[in-house]
Amino acid sequence: MTSNSNVSNMRRLVEQLKLEASVERIKVSQAAAELQQFCLQNASKDALLVGVPTGSNPFREPRSCTVV
Amino acid sequence: MRSPLIPEMATQEVQLNETLVHLKTESETLKSKLEEERAKLHDVELHQVAEKVDGLGQFVMKTRRTLKGHGNKVLCMDWCKDKRRIVSSSQDGKVIVWDAFTTNKEHAVTMPCTWVMACAYAPSGCAVACGGLDNKCSVYPLSLDKNENLAAKKKSVAMHTNYLSACSFTNSDMQILTSSGDGTCALWDVESGQLLQSFHGHAADVLCLDLAPSETGNTFVSGGCDKKANVWDMRSGQCIQSFETHESDINSVRYYPSGDAFASGSDDATCRLYDLRADREVAIYSKDSIIFGVSSVDFSLSGRLLFAGYNDYTINVWDVLKGTRVSILFGHENRVSTLRVSPDGTSFCTGSWDHTLRIWA
Repeated sequence: MTSNSNVSNMRRLVEQLKLEASVERIKVSQAAAELQQFCLQNASKDALLVGVPTGSNPFREPRSCTVV
Repeated sequence: MRSPLIPEMATQEVQLNETLVHLKTESETLKSKLEEERAKLHDVELHQVAEKVDGLGQFVMKTRRTLKGHGNKVLCMDWCKDKRRIVSSSQDGKVIVWDAFTTNKEHAVTMPCTWVMACAYAPSGCAVACGGLDNKCSVYPLSLDKNENLAAKKKSVAMHTNYLSACSFTNSDMQILTSSGDGTCALWDVESGQLLQSFHGHAADVLCLDLAPSETGNTFVSGGCDKKANVWDMRSGQCIQSFETHESDINSVRYYPSGDAFASGSDDATCRLYDLRADREVAIYSKDSIIFGVSSVDFSLSGRLLFAGYNDYTINVWDVLKGTRVSILFGHENRVSTLRVSPDGTSFCTGSWDHTLRIWA
């Protein structure tokens, strides 16, 4: 049996879809170019990507004792 | 159908039915229009744009530390901003704070429930939040005094009507964002426990959430069993964008470091990248040989690498731009359940059903 809550749920859905449809969008080519640019600009700082000078990554240092 | 007692009721019911049908048609039309508008701007694939970029070389990533101490499946972990401490939570109800450099345990709390599915470190490093089958999110201040009973200072902050699946502090210790099996997300004031905003829109359990990088503004993304990833405005509670291309539960969502996109991992064995300004999926990371679900994903600092933990015990490392897999990492002896890159990007940590956590670099 149809209830008022079904109708109000549907109204909410329709309003939500209208909101989502009104979003301003850019072309994938432009979005992709900007994602790529961000990667390339920050690549040198990305330790997991390019590695870091030996000794400066605390997890890569061997945990051995030094003889004093 | 029951025959109505009063003629007016029959007329009302017919009217409601008509309205419902009309609304259904309108929603179908709007959905088609949305897809059409999105398709118009789909002029190229991400990996095509990235063709001219240098390919990545071989990666040597190994387990550098193994954190042992949990008595059962590790379900969640989070890094402290100091880049060395980690909080982890387990099926056995224990929440442990570790120093990842030394592998020492610094604090341990036993929760009153099993399956602590969510935990998070406060930005100050002075507290942790956790919760799970107790339907709550509680905050424990971390004491410098190792003998102090942490459980005594526990503060109950969030209350849901089903399990807590994820939690995250916002950019201060004062607010927590939660997601739950009850289908909602919520923003809470830590001090008073007051509900500040609730987020309704998922049609089933919400399994994960991630806050946008602070420069991007007040939004967050959530993923759920309804296969949808929703982007929310934290102030208004409104869902501003929604993506439904996965074929099964979304277990993990994570923002791209610039805040312009986010990745998701799903039980459908794929990871996907959604660009927020193009308002669509722009890449799928999958292989025919990968058939087990993805439990957790995170980006490297530059966003070029996507690390994904799988239910087949492995970690796959993907080239985000080219869409190819660059490495597969073995080591865990059961499902990888949680994965986070450290705050400075020098390593990443995984937690597993094999009771251990591993630091990789």
